[in-house]
Amino acid sequence: MGNDELILLNYWPSMFGARVRIALEEKGLDYEYREEDLLNKSPLLLQMNPVHKKIPVLIHNGKPVCESNIIVQYIDEVWYDKAPLLPSDPYQKAQARFWADYIDKKLYDSGRKITFHKNKEEAEEGKKEVLEIFKVLEGALEEKPYFGGENFGYVDISLIGFYMWFHAYETCANFSIEAECPKLMAWVKRCLERKTVSKSLGDPKTVYEIVLKFRKKLGLD
Amino acid sequence: MEDEGVVLLGFWSSPYVMRVKIALEEKGIQFLYKEEENIFLSKSPLLLQANPIYMKVPVLIHNGKPICESLNILEYIDEVWKDKFTILPHHPYEKAKSRFWIHFFDKMIFDIGRRMWASKGEDQEAAKLEFLKSLKLLEEELGDKPYFGGDQFGLLDIALIPFSCRFYTYEMFCKFSVEKSCPKFMKWVNKCNERGSVSKALPNPHEVYDFVLEVKKMLGIE
Repeated sequence: MGNDELILLNYWPSMFGARVRIALEEKGLDYEYREEDLLNKSPLLLQMNPVHKKIPVLIHNGKPVCESNIIVQYIDEVWYDKAPLLPSDPYQKAQARFWADYIDKKLYDSGRKITFHKNKEEAEEGKKEVLEIFKVLEGALEEKPYFGGENFGYVDISLIGFYMWFHAYETCANFSIEAECPKLMAWVKRCLERKTVSKSLGDPKTVYEIVLKFRKKLGLD
Repeated sequence: MEDEGVVLLGFWSSPYVMRVKIALEEKGIQFLYKEEENIFLSKSPLLLQANPIYMKVPVLIHNGKPICESLNILEYIDEVWKDKFTILPHHPYEKAKSRFWIHFFDKMIFDIGRRMWASKGEDQEAAKLEFLKSLKLLEEELGDKPYFGGDQFGLLDIALIPFSCRFYTYEMFCKFSVEKSCPKFMKWVNKCNERGSVSKALPNPHEVYDFVLEVKKMLGIE
């Protein structure tokens, strides 16, 4: 689509930013990646997302698009001619949106209870909630290779970024996601085989180290 | 779920349900409306079957298949009934902006709305200020346009207008006037209320206030 200028403002551990990276990669788009220091946000970030001041922000020819799932939909709509991320059937599309929204509503907050728990009870509560969410998602996956069916798509993109945080969840609440949700982990492994995904996800062990650093800073440990 | 064409499961005071009613009306789609009369105490088997994850209204059931979440339903309606009255903006960037503002408002009102009628003192005051701050942001987004959609009544207008029937409730509890603080926003509200689809879908604000008083009693909130 001609000379498109794409800039992604991101913070690499973000499961939300990962969505946008994967979408851009799936579409084969060239973009400039800019890492943000969340404790010292750039003037550009503050200018482009004045309402929330959060990453990710995609800047397309100078115009900002905010909110990761909204950005992914935007990318799919503008570059509609390659690698469709959402189904074309309206009902299937509605199902995809529903599950991406479910992930948004539930997983981050429950995951946060685990990583930034103030006490053992909170971590335990977070763990129970996360496992419940994973079980629901396994139900939605059914026997399909991807949430989108045969093709990797919107819901897969919505969820896979959280894999970066699995090791942190497991270590902070002392459990194994593989043991509790083998179907989900099989899906994770399948996604990681895609170059677009493995390129876009950071190292889970480093994410855990960052969690520990923040926990110390917040006086939780 | 039988194939009854288009069925909407709703509750009269839910702004999320009103969004769908407005959209169906604007599109001229015939539908069967089913009120969840006992929604707080006992949800219907149909609702539990149609929306097992959240057990909430609205649910649109089209040819026996359920679609949940109001924004999702609006986009679905727009995609299926393409030939009459376009809800979503045409350009992907405008679509993204509308979706952004709906997400912003929905997240805000979920917390702030309740605190305005259920809280007291400092917390209630803080909620009121946050609410007005959000309306001011929306006024900026509206600018000089007649509707958020520009010349056309569209997605963001449909998403926001149902909440106007709660303004009287917020004003009574928090002692303020939306008209005084955000006259531009009220001008847009009044313009939207001129549309048949909106006046049909929105209940009387005084009924909403009485209902909230009942709910407070039921929940044991002073």
